[in-house]
This record gives sequence, structure tokens and C-alpha cells, in this order.
Amino acid sequence: MIPDHLFSPHFPFFPEQASTVAWQVDALYFFLVALTIFFTVLVSAMVIGFSIKYRKEKNPVATQIEGSVPLEIFWTVVPLGISLLIYVWAATLYFHMERPPKESMQIYVVGKQWMWKVQHPTGQREINQLHIPVGRNVRLTMISQDVLHSFSVPEFRVKHEVIPGRYTELWFQATKPGTYHLFCTQYCGTKHSGMIGEVIAMDPNAYEVWLSGGTEGGSLASTGEKLFTSLGCITCHSGESGARGPNLNGQFGHPQKLSDGTTVVMDENYIRESILTPQAKIVAGFGPIMPTFSGQVSEESLIALVAYVKGLQPAGSTAVPAAAPAKQGKTQ
Amino acid sequence: MSPAVSDVVVTEQYVMPEEHYINSDTSLKSWLLTVDHKRIAILYMLTITFFFFIGGFMASLVRLELLTPAGDLLESDTYNRAFSMHGVMMIFFFLVPSVPATLGNFLVPLMVGARDLAFPRINLLSWYIFLVGASFAVSAMVLGGVDTGWTFYTPFSTTFSNSNVILTAVGILIAGFASIFTGLNFIVTVHRMRAPGMSWFRLPLFIWSQYAASLIMVLGTPVIAITLALVALERGFHIGIFDPKLGGDPILFQHMFWFYSHPAVYIMILPGMGVISEVIPAFAHKRIFGYKAVAYSSIAIAVFGFLVWAHHMFIAGISIYAALVFSLVSFIVAIPSAIKVFNWSATLYKGSIRWNTPMLYAFGFIGLFTIGGLTGLFLASLGLDVHLTETYFIVAHFHYVMVGGMVLAYLCGIHFWWPKMTGRMYPELPAKLSALLVFVGFNLTFMPQFILGYLGMPRRYHAYPPEWQVFNVLSSAGASILAIGFLMPMIYLVWSLKYGKIAGPNPWQATGLEWETSSPPPTHNFLEQPIVTSEPYNYGPKEGEV
Repeated sequence: MIPDHLFSPHFPFFPEQASTVAWQVDALYFFLVALTIFFTVLVSAMVIGFSIKYRKEKNPVATQIEGSVPLEIFWTVVPLGISLLIYVWAATLYFHMERPPKESMQIYVVGKQWMWKVQHPTGQREINQLHIPVGRNVRLTMISQDVLHSFSVPEFRVKHEVIPGRYTELWFQATKPGTYHLFCTQYCGTKHSGMIGEVIAMDPNAYEVWLSGGTEGGSLASTGEKLFTSLGCITCHSGESGARGPNLNGQFGHPQKLSDGTTVVMDENYIRESILTPQAKIVAGFGPIMPTFSGQVSEESLIALVAYVKGLQPAGSTAVPAAAPAKQGKTQ
Repeated sequence: MSPAVSDVVVTEQYVMPEEHYINSDTSLKSWLLTVDHKRIAILYMLTITFFFFIGGFMASLVRLELLTPAGDLLESDTYNRAFSMHGVMMIFFFLVPSVPATLGNFLVPLMVGARDLAFPRINLLSWYIFLVGASFAVSAMVLGGVDTGWTFYTPFSTTFSNSNVILTAVGILIAGFASIFTGLNFIVTVHRMRAPGMSWFRLPLFIWSQYAASLIMVLGTPVIAITLALVALERGFHIGIFDPKLGGDPILFQHMFWFYSHPAVYIMILPGMGVISEVIPAFAHKRIFGYKAVAYSSIAIAVFGFLVWAHHMFIAGISIYAALVFSLVSFIVAIPSAIKVFNWSATLYKGSIRWNTPMLYAFGFIGLFTIGGLTGLFLASLGLDVHLTETYFIVAHFHYVMVGGMVLAYLCGIHFWWPKMTGRMYPELPAKLSALLVFVGFNLTFMPQFILGYLGMPRRYHAYPPEWQVFNVLSSAGASILAIGFLMPMIYLVWSLKYGKIAGPNPWQATGLEWETSSPPPTHNFLEQPIVTSEPYNYGPKEGEV
């Protein structure tokens, strides 16, 4: 009945620390636990202590005390000061956790009722499993194809909502090889508690071996390239001068001037939006002629297209090999 | 360790007053058409007790299922409906109306020295509207329930759920008007109906807290009504508001939902704080320490409580800079609560303290609310919230505030004012036992959930990894003790209606206008218009002046 887990060598009240941020989160947690114990004991000691010491039998007549301004100031300022300290500490940690480092390998995740679908840039696809190397920053670009989900790996102390309609991101760096829990933590219907899986952190060498395993359809970007041709994107987005659609080569991450005078940075969400609702943000100098692909392209195909468009090299540099973005994923 | 305090507080031999609000007319019609705030309070009390036990039954199903890691007792859909109905019933049909609609209705006019609330008929209307809303929610339950959780997150609720979402949402929307009417009534009553001499700073702190909660009810409830109406529109007519497939934004729903539902937490807890602010001075026989600090902190909670809603959304893709602001305000809103706790504790210093049941509940409240409040800081902490949100940690935190805080405060107030409401004392010994069982059972239920949460156990999980079973078994065991603790008052309070000792007007020798009239009070509360000539909590000459 009592699981072995409770008697395993690591401390049983906390999940394993398997990412670079885990100990930082735990440090803040321990501090707050200590603070909670301190104040709970303090308040309980006052309440119970006074209530015993000044019980009616011992102290039949109460001393009427109106209050004390210095005390009020004291117990306003001290908790406020402690709060602000925690606030700054926690906010700094959050900024570190919420902003993926530039040097990250990118993996795409699609959530649906009730499974996780993972696409690696090299073309591997997984369901309810995510293989990653230890010691490298991993950035997950995630989207849901139906309701809200949330991607949670307690051993890494990371979690982020997976939202329909736009990409969200999460990053981590695993520190120990092992198999860790993957949970959906945002209630998503009947089999919410079955939307689980595992994150398998591997030694870099073992991971290379895993990566070299079979990928039937080639890299993610090469899948995207095929779609780019078969859906006809290439006819207008040919990259040639005078083309009917804007040149996409080398534009990723750069601001685009729009026809309404505003600018938008071309990121994953902008590419996706432009495929599904092309009229929303039209690049200056082009007409609203692109048809919508809403309902025709699955989230997985959208991801492949995004991966392909991201990897398009600036004009001038020769060829846009389909393998390049995948390699980029590895070397970055 | 228990100090030998006499349980007998009523030493004189009282008789029941000849005519009071209960026996003035005993026909059913006189109850159903009453405009007497005291009778409406009783009607509300019976109604919400019913919903408390429905919600409790649903919680029992949840805890029974979680005894084992596999989802083997209920079907997944049944389990999802059980926790959803638990939340809906407890929050919208028990916690929100609990103290305001029962104790507040009963006490606000008495405490300010008025004959009734400002709008007695609207008060009755409020109860009927509540019944209409509740009957929608109950029919939704009978027809198969709702499986969205109490939070109705979109687009699951609007597009994907196969349960009675619209019926439940409309029920909550309607019941919201009951809440608005109660709040409106309290605000106007406090402004316009105070007895001569009852200046703002002579008001009991219970009134301050009811007033602060009423502000939130009046300002916040319309937003949840609009939000749920939009959910019904999108679900019923596919008007795209929240579902991205229809061009909507699911995060917009969360902003709107929490704009009400976070302040709603303060609707629930503020009146409970008001109860504690009355009970502690009464049983310490001592004026409250820092009256103005406690009064202003209620208002501060109401104001800042409106500015923290997005702390429910730190990992939902909101701007990290917005998160910075909401985190900061969430820390700030904790300060007025801390001020209250310190003032209550200081009130006990050099008091003359009796350990009666209401005081035991008040002790329990302070301890559990302190833990509930401090664990709130964990969740306001941005970097830590990422790991803790959507886990059992949040479940535990919320129950520490809502059950450990609010339900204990409600029971505290029910025991404290029971003699005023019924004219009879509850039996002290079983009452103390129930308070003890509630305290022990509560901690056993929810303390393990903090640990489960940090281990990463997601909330709303029908099945879970086997290594977490021990903590779940402890929690379920605690819940069974808690259930006994909650059932006991049902028995002995009913018993006391006939056999309880006759209380007399002021069994606790407490201050406050409600204790200056007979128990139970006459229909119009006071035989003569009371005039207030002294400060509240005037339990004796101040230190220094003899």
C-alpha cells in the first residue's frame, strides 16, 4: 500500500530536481515554507498563549486597550517589506523561466483531447512522449487544436498553457537523464487525467542515436516545403521581384511594415495567422488577394509550414535546402 | 490542557419573550411572504444549508474516488461532473450567500439600530430570485450535471462539453441578482438607516466588512452575469466570442471570469472576517485592538481585490509585464489581511478570555486563515506559481481560505448568534466536540494536498500515479472526519430549538445593539428607537481612565 517512493533516498515531499531551474524554484519554495511556518507558529502562539494566560479564571477583568499606531505601522511595514522581497525574487525567476534563451533547440507540440503530439525539426514524431537531450536548452512551441491544455513537467518545475489559436512557448534544460511525468494540467474534458505521457531526457550521445532513428517523411521543414508547393503558396511567395505576395526569404524575426502603417514582427504566430486569416495584417504594397487556408491545413501542417518559412534564407544565399532548418535546430 | 471554564454562561433563569419574530404569525404564508429581514435570513439559511450538503455529497464522491490511484469507482464523466457540481454548488449557492444572506440579513438592521433593511420587499425578492437561480442549477444537476468545473473555461464550455452548461450558467446568472440585491440593500441601509448616534466609527466591524463585501457584490456580479450570458450565446448560437474557431479569444473569457471571481473570493471571506471581529472582543471581553485599522483594511481588500484577477493567468500567455503588475498587487492585497490577523491576536492580550464554541471556531479561523493567506503568497510569486498553479496546491490553498476561513467563520457566527436568532442556547459540549472535529478533519484533509501539489499532482484528475496514494488516502480520511464535524451541528442545533437553555437577551455579555433587544427579537427589532452614545466594543473603561 505504501509506495516505495516514500522511502527512496531523495526527499519524498518534493519531486526530483531534473532541470536547471528546479533548484531555483525549490529555493524560493523552501523560503516561503519557512516563512509560513514562522508566521503560523507566531500567530498560533499569540492566540493560544494569550487565551490560556488571560483566561477568565486567571484574569477576570480585561484591560481595555485601544490600539497602537506604532504597532499598526510595524505590522504593516514588515509584512510589506517581506512581500516585496519575495515579489522581486519571484519575478526575476519568472522572467528567466518565461523567456527562452536564444540558444535553444526547438520542438513543436500539438495538444488535443486527449493526447500530446510532438514534432521534432528532424522529422521524428511522437505521441505522449518527448525525447530530449540533457544539457541543452529546449524550447517547445505549442498549440492546441481544440480546447485549452497545459503542458506540465513537475520534475522540471515548468508548465505552460497550450491554447487553441496561437502558439505559446515553454523552455527548460534537463540536467539528469531519466523518465519524467508529463501531465496536462488544464482541465480538458472526459479523459483529462489520461492526457499524460513522459519526457525522456537522454545523454547527448544516446540522444544522437535516437535522432538517427527512422524518420519516414524527412525533416519537418522538408514536409513544409512540400506543402508550400502543393498548396500553391510558392506561386505568389516566389521571392522574385514583382511577385504577387511578399518575399518571405530571410524575413523571420524581422519587422514587417503593414499596409495600415503599423509594423509587426514576423514570428511563428504571425506566419500562422497569415495562412489562416491572410486579410488580418497585410504587408504594405500588396493587395488583399490571398485566400484563407482556414479549415484546410491541420495544426501539424501549419507547424511544418512555419518551420519551412522560418528557415528560408535571405535572397542571394544559394538554395534553400530543406535540411537546413533541421540542422539549424541542432546547431543553434 | 483545557482550562476549566464553566460551560454555563446563562446563570439567570430567563423566560422566552411573549411575542417575537418567530411566533408573531406561524402560518406558512406569513413565512413565504415575509418582509422581515430576520425571517428572510432564516429562509436563506435553510436554503443554503441544503446546497451545502449537496456540495458536500459531491465532495464525498470525489474523495472516495481518489482513495485509489485508478479511476475505478466512477466513470470519468461522472467524476468530472462530481467535482464540477461540488464547485458550482459550494461557491455560487453556499459560500457567496453564506454569511451575507443569513447572518448579514439577520444582523445588519439590528446592529445599526434599524427596524429592517432599507428595501424589505427587494430583500424578499432576492430570496425568490435565488430560488429560481438555484432551481435552474438543480435541474441542470438532475438532468445529468455539468462537467466544466466551476470555472467554465472556454472553448471547452462553449463548444466541446456535452453537459448542461447553459442551464447551469443561467442559474448562476439569475442567482447573481439575488447577490446584487442583498449588496444594494446593505449599502443603502448602512448609509441611511443608522440609529441616532451611530456614526461610521461606532459601527461594529461586522458592518464594515458587510459593507465592503456589498461593494464587490454590486460592482462585480454584473460582470459574471455578462460573461456567463456570452458563454450561453456562443454555446447556443455559435456567436464567436471565446472560441478561436469562431474568431474568439479563450483568454478573454478568463479575464472576464476572474474579474468577478477573484473579488468574489473576498465577497466570501470579508463577511467571515466580520464575524471574527465580533466574536473575539466578545469572548475576550475587551475592545478590539486597532478598530480603525481593521475597518479600513476591509475597504482596502475590496478595492485591491478588484486589481489582482490576472494572477490566475500567469502561465496563460499573458504579457510577462502584465504579470509583473498583477503579482505586485496580489502581494499588496495580502497586507490588509495580515493587519487583521495581528489585530485579532493583539485583542486577546490582557483580555478575560472564555473558551466557548464560537471562540474555538475563531481560533481555528485565525490559524487556518493564516496558513491560507500565506500559501496565497506562494501563488502570487511569479516564478513559483508556474510550478504550483493547476495543481493540488491551489486546491489546498483555496480550501484553507474558503473552508478553514469562511466555513469556520460561518459556523462561528451561527453559534455566536444562535441564542439571538432562536432564543435558546446550543449545547456547549457537543458543539465544542464538533469544532474540534472540524479543525482536525480539515487539516488532515487539506494539508496533504499541499504536498501533493508540490509533487505535481494536477487538480481535477480522475486517476493519478500510484506513488501519490498515501497522501490521497490521508486526505480522504480527513474528509470523513470533517463530514462528521459538519453533520453534528445539524443535530444538536435542531435539538436546541426545543431543549436548549433559554438564552435571555445577552448571554455572552457582549456589546452591540443586537444584544440590547430580546432574544429572539420582536418583529420590529427594538421596542424603542435605540440611541447610541458610546464607541463600539465598550467592554469597560479604557486603560488609564478609571
